[in-house]
Amino acid sequence: MSTSTIDRLESSRRAARASASERSISKAEGWRRRGPLLPALIFTVIVTQLPFLVTIWYSLRSQNLLRPGEDLFVGLSNYVDIAQDSTFRQTALNSVVITLGCVLVAMVLGIVLALLLDRPFFGRGVARTMLITPFLVMPVATSVLWSVALLNPTYGLLNWTLGLFGIEAVDWTSTYPIIAILMALVWQWTPFMMLLVLAGLQAQAKDVLEAASVDGAGPWRTFRSITLPHLRRYIELGVLLGVIYVVNTFDQIYLMTAGGPGTASANLPFYIYQRAFLGFDIGQAAAMGVVVVIATIIVASAALRLIFRSFEVKE
Amino acid sequence: MSDVTRAYRRRTTGGVLTTLTWLLALAFFFPVAWMAATAFKQENQAASDPPTWFFTPTLDQFRAVIEGGSGVYVANSAIATGVSTVLVLLLGIPAAYALSIRPVEKVSDVLFFFISTKMLPVVAVIVPIYVVAGQLKVLDNIWTLVVLYTAMNLPIAVWMMRSFFLEVPGEVLEAASVDGAGLMRTLRSVLIPMVAPGIAATALICVIFSWNEFFFALNLTASRAATVPVLIVSTMTSEGLFLARLCAAALLASLPVIIAGWVAQKQLVRGLSMGAIK
Repeated sequence: MSTSTIDRLESSRRAARASASERSISKAEGWRRRGPLLPALIFTVIVTQLPFLVTIWYSLRSQNLLRPGEDLFVGLSNYVDIAQDSTFRQTALNSVVITLGCVLVAMVLGIVLALLLDRPFFGRGVARTMLITPFLVMPVATSVLWSVALLNPTYGLLNWTLGLFGIEAVDWTSTYPIIAILMALVWQWTPFMMLLVLAGLQAQAKDVLEAASVDGAGPWRTFRSITLPHLRRYIELGVLLGVIYVVNTFDQIYLMTAGGPGTASANLPFYIYQRAFLGFDIGQAAAMGVVVVIATIIVASAALRLIFRSFEVKE
Repeated sequence: MSDVTRAYRRRTTGGVLTTLTWLLALAFFFPVAWMAATAFKQENQAASDPPTWFFTPTLDQFRAVIEGGSGVYVANSAIATGVSTVLVLLLGIPAAYALSIRPVEKVSDVLFFFISTKMLPVVAVIVPIYVVAGQLKVLDNIWTLVVLYTAMNLPIAVWMMRSFFLEVPGEVLEAASVDGAGLMRTLRSVLIPMVAPGIAATALICVIFSWNEFFFALNLTASRAATVPVLIVSTMTSEGLFLARLCAAALLASLPVIIAGWVAQKQLVRGLSMGAIK
């Protein structure tokens, strides 16, 4: 039986039980039920929501940590500055390019690898273990590895390999900074996508596949009309979780290109970091943070509907 | 087409696919292997053009990393990772219970709230956290990281543990309540043992994310509370380029998570999908 079916049965059974008991929930019982939830809820509100309220407050002020005396209420002028800041627009675009580029390429590669791994062959466990390893390497180490050992213009391994085919040495991180970052990110996130898709493939009902082959459907036909629709839920989930994590990418950019040359490869997290911790411009950085959150809420509310369908959360 | 040719063709395709899989697996693994190999080289072999493929392995770089005062960083990382993981479980398991087995009202609103905090970009809160931590005099303090890592992983843990609790058969719980077992006893003696694999998976994910965390560590620590990722970066910037030593440090830093992930591959899938995929 597929996972989702189990989930559905389970959650509907529980929902039925919950609604039956809801009618008889007294006030005291309600608080007994809330009790175990409250510590986690209160902790999360304090640590994640309060700072954001403070961010909104800062975003309405002009404050620079280098000039402690100066702390004025400036209304929305930080937001007006952002609207006119072409670097902000560029880094926002870079964020989109890096996030979508990484998630989509990693997903395609992940599907290919998962399909290849979903058949018995000699040493399958070892191959799978090797394939998941890039995801387990510390991102800071990944960045060092790519920027120094693999992409260095003089002794990097990639240029040496390209040299074997007569291709001139390329200074990857300064000529194609976004591509260099994408290489490291895709390498890291492909195993993540592969694992989710592989789990989907393995949850496929084998009898349906057999029936298809008995009916004379070729492998491509079977893949397109049975496997791919079945995988949809897993692919959506992978893309969604991938976006949540990759949009916050900081380590690779900080270490591989420092957002450069100029701000050519900076994404929003890196740009805000620069404004806050190198420029000490608290008001501006805070306002950018608020803008990013608003954009995230817009994208996320669409995405969350998807995730809820994937998880089949019910009232 | 005769059966023999068909079988022959299927075997050839199989062989081609297996070879392709192995080539891709090796290609993906290669950068890690190269990092590991470089860690065993001398500096002049590490940054050579053409690359050095054959060399006498040396432990000099590992010795330099270990004796170069990395102990403090490892201790900080261990505290931040270990304590935050325990806190996440202590807060997350009861919360997940209240969202599954004996649910509060508006379960999906609460779940929505938890997951939405994961979508809140860290950069949006780093400024006030930095300023407030400065005023409270807890900058460069490992407990600040413990609190932040707990908040960072708690939503994942709540979602994951909830999905494990939902799998506990209802009869078991009814039996426990007929026996008159209270909440704590039901949790301790019935539920926790049944969801132990789930707790392990949750802990694994928390360990991976907090051990590898860099952004908070970079911005909120200096010398006393710096963690392992910060050590790697400072090796990179303060000493110019010592590629072999850098690779040794990067390898040692990654090793705990790599090994944990290898051992617990099954739990990894479930954890990465926050419990949605078994």
